[in-house]
Amino acid sequence: MRDKQIEDLKDYKYGFSTDIESFKAPKGLNEEVIRFISNIKKEPDWLLQWRLKAFERLKVLKEPDWQKPKYPKIDYQDLYYYSAPKSFKEKPKNLEDLDPKLLETYKKLGIPLQEQKRLNGIAVDAVFDSVSVATTFKDTLTKKGIIFCSISEAIQKHPDLVKKYLGSVIPITDHFFATLNSAVFTDGSFVYIPPNVKCPMELSTYFRINASDTGQFERTLIIADKGSYVSYLEGCTAPMRDENQLHAANVELIALDDAEIKYSTVQNWYPGDKDGKGGIYNFVTKRGLCKGKNSKISWTQVETGSAITWKYPSCILKGDNSIGEFYSIAITNNHQKADTGTKMIHLGKNTKSKIISKGISAGKSDMTYRGLVDISKNASNSTNYTQCDSLLMGNKCGAHTVPYIKNKNSNSNIAHEATTSKISEDQLHYCQQRGLNQEEAVGLIVNGFCKEVLQQLPMEFAVEAQKLVGISLEGSVG
Amino acid sequence: MEQKLKTDFDKFISMSNFSNQEIKLKKEALDNFLKNGFPSRKLENWKFSDIKQIIKKNIGELKFYNDYNIKYEINDEIFIKEIEHNKIVIINGKVERLSFEYEESDKINLTTLENFNQNPNDDNSLLSLNNSFSNKIHNILVKKNYSFKKPLIIYQITNEKVSNTNINFQLKFDLEENSSIKIINLSDDNSEKNFINNLFNFNLGKNAILKNYKIDKKSNTNIKYDYSSITQKENSISETFIFSSGSDYKKNEVSCNLDGQYSSAFINGIHLLSKNKHHEIKTNTNHLYENTKSYQLIKSVIDDSSKSVYQGKIYVDSKAQKTDGYQLSKAVLLNEQAEFNAKPELEIYADDVKCSHGSASGSLDEDSIFYLMSRGLDKKTAKELLINGFLLDVVEKITDEEIKKLLKNMIGLN
Repeated sequence: MRDKQIEDLKDYKYGFSTDIESFKAPKGLNEEVIRFISNIKKEPDWLLQWRLKAFERLKVLKEPDWQKPKYPKIDYQDLYYYSAPKSFKEKPKNLEDLDPKLLETYKKLGIPLQEQKRLNGIAVDAVFDSVSVATTFKDTLTKKGIIFCSISEAIQKHPDLVKKYLGSVIPITDHFFATLNSAVFTDGSFVYIPPNVKCPMELSTYFRINASDTGQFERTLIIADKGSYVSYLEGCTAPMRDENQLHAANVELIALDDAEIKYSTVQNWYPGDKDGKGGIYNFVTKRGLCKGKNSKISWTQVETGSAITWKYPSCILKGDNSIGEFYSIAITNNHQKADTGTKMIHLGKNTKSKIISKGISAGKSDMTYRGLVDISKNASNSTNYTQCDSLLMGNKCGAHTVPYIKNKNSNSNIAHEATTSKISEDQLHYCQQRGLNQEEAVGLIVNGFCKEVLQQLPMEFAVEAQKLVGISLEGSVG
Repeated sequence: MEQKLKTDFDKFISMSNFSNQEIKLKKEALDNFLKNGFPSRKLENWKFSDIKQIIKKNIGELKFYNDYNIKYEINDEIFIKEIEHNKIVIINGKVERLSFEYEESDKINLTTLENFNQNPNDDNSLLSLNNSFSNKIHNILVKKNYSFKKPLIIYQITNEKVSNTNINFQLKFDLEENSSIKIINLSDDNSEKNFINNLFNFNLGKNAILKNYKIDKKSNTNIKYDYSSITQKENSISETFIFSSGSDYKKNEVSCNLDGQYSSAFINGIHLLSKNKHHEIKTNTNHLYENTKSYQLIKSVIDDSSKSVYQGKIYVDSKAQKTDGYQLSKAVLLNEQAEFNAKPELEIYADDVKCSHGSASGSLDEDSIFYLMSRGLDKKTAKELLINGFLLDVVEKITDEEIKKLLKNMIGLN
């Protein structure tokens, strides 16, 4: 039974591409293209100027090269920066207006919008290539005063909020990929939770890269006003293609006084085939700002896909008593490479942060945990606890830990531990003795290894993530 | 600076009697240094300690010419009296005395090196600087099956004759099969604002044992870089102990290549810093062979506006199965201006390994202070007692009892 399930899942099941005519901007990165994107999205002038300023800045920035996984040079002039299904020129008003083929795609992905809507009670904002397809569950949210829409819509309808917060956590003067995103971002999600509102459901986005040669540059902006709470889920898949595709998204979170944001990601982009051909370059900038006092931001990520994953979801703990958390599982197999971790920047007093990272490498893959804990002079009574564990399967893969620890405050404590090991023979033996075959045994042990992180995921995701963990390691033992 | 380097180099060559081969190598090393200059924070290795800026700020213009023709007087009063020992006395980078009075002379071979190893691709420009300006390099070879009867104390002295000068010094030890040596490297600085660049090479043969204790206690305003490179064959053991406290700036870098099975390396270090000092310990432990072991324990006590840095890297090659690697760094910050930075790094390519690291930093435990005060100690004594215990942990790792006793007294930990 399980064997059959595995057979079904073994190949990247999201590796179909949908045949919908798309509407693209001319290839290349220049002022014209930026104006084109801005124009087609009917953006106000301030945003165009903002994009152009980012583009100016981009011209002087150099692509970073300090990361462990190296990749062939990307020709930024050879990419499409805007791609939308043709039928989208007139944006559909409701689900029934959607292209049936598109709906079919989502069904294959396992998120039939209507069903999802009815059964799960999750509001989905699906991003198909660059334009947000449809936003469900709007009514329930609107009643509470919650704004959950595509960022393009927010720019039109809530320009004040966008203007105030866009770029306040990731400024246009940031690093190369973040600035590239600022210049050419096409769509993404926008969430605003008004004061003292607890969002009644999990908000969710499903990203998918369809058109070939397109980079996906979403921009997500989540603002939790005073005393509010929101849990946000992000899932990612992409079709199988031989060439590498770039994904450079920016995610900004802002938590005001007493607010809490929980951001969970299950990333399952196409990792390339067994020989390391193709796959997504996932170079994402995610940063949360605990702006108000007593605020909390928590990142949970399950990274199983992408040819190269290179990201550090970070927390800037500015408000006094604010809390930052980072829970991560990263799995690399075959030729995948990952350089991921987090940054916890303590600025306010009594700030706390916790990092739990589990890395698993198998096949010929390479995995790096890289993290920064920085406690500044004024962050008295702050604490950090970091634990990063790595599991190696086979001697052709690598597992590395590169933590940076900076303590400038004598009243603050930092504790860090890391271990690297393999699956113990005893554990394997025990499981096999109980009748599990080797792969099942490994799956069970690995799930146990990751448990601390899996527990942090919302129910709907935890099940999927658990399955993913098993699938990603197929064929890595024996 | 470039012009100064060139003229000082020409002067140095003309005042010394190097062979043509040596001059050629020295010139190559100089070119290499000219190409890269002093390392700055742009290099990952120097991220936390930008020596280029530190030299510029604290010394300003450096002199690179150092006169090795001066004959210095040795003041016998500086010698340690508690234990009998062999001596190497180095004054301002010049070896003034090599005496192995307690050893069998036919078991030790003393030579000066004609050739030194210079990897042109090595990005450590300070090694190039050292190679280009260091005097004749002494090579001490301990023959097969010979164990040193008494420890060797290396006195590294600077006096007021040098200031604002770059002093480069190199020493090489070869330990043949089954041999062993105990070394205490003692700094005694009476000079101001020099940049002292030391390089020690150790080659350990099968079953060889090296015990190396490095003490920098006397307060001084010099800037120091001290690089120890240790290569180990089968079953060899190296033990390095670092007490780093006196100089204004000091970076100790230790590289261990475990290149034979069952070889092991131990690195233990203490930073005891006050005023405005900036010290770093950087280790590279390379496990290149099966069944090798490494252990590191580094503790820092940081007061006033001092800064302590620990960068430790464990590298495990894909064929180094059954590696056991351990790293622990702990720091106590006593003052609001104090700073501790750490980067404990693991780079692992083999699966059957046991590697772990831990790092903790913070203030002294309030509960412990309270406990001691409730027993009648005043706060100051209570704190001192706790710091003493914290650091003693590292000193206790010293495996040689006689030297442990000596160093405890010298450092003032009981």
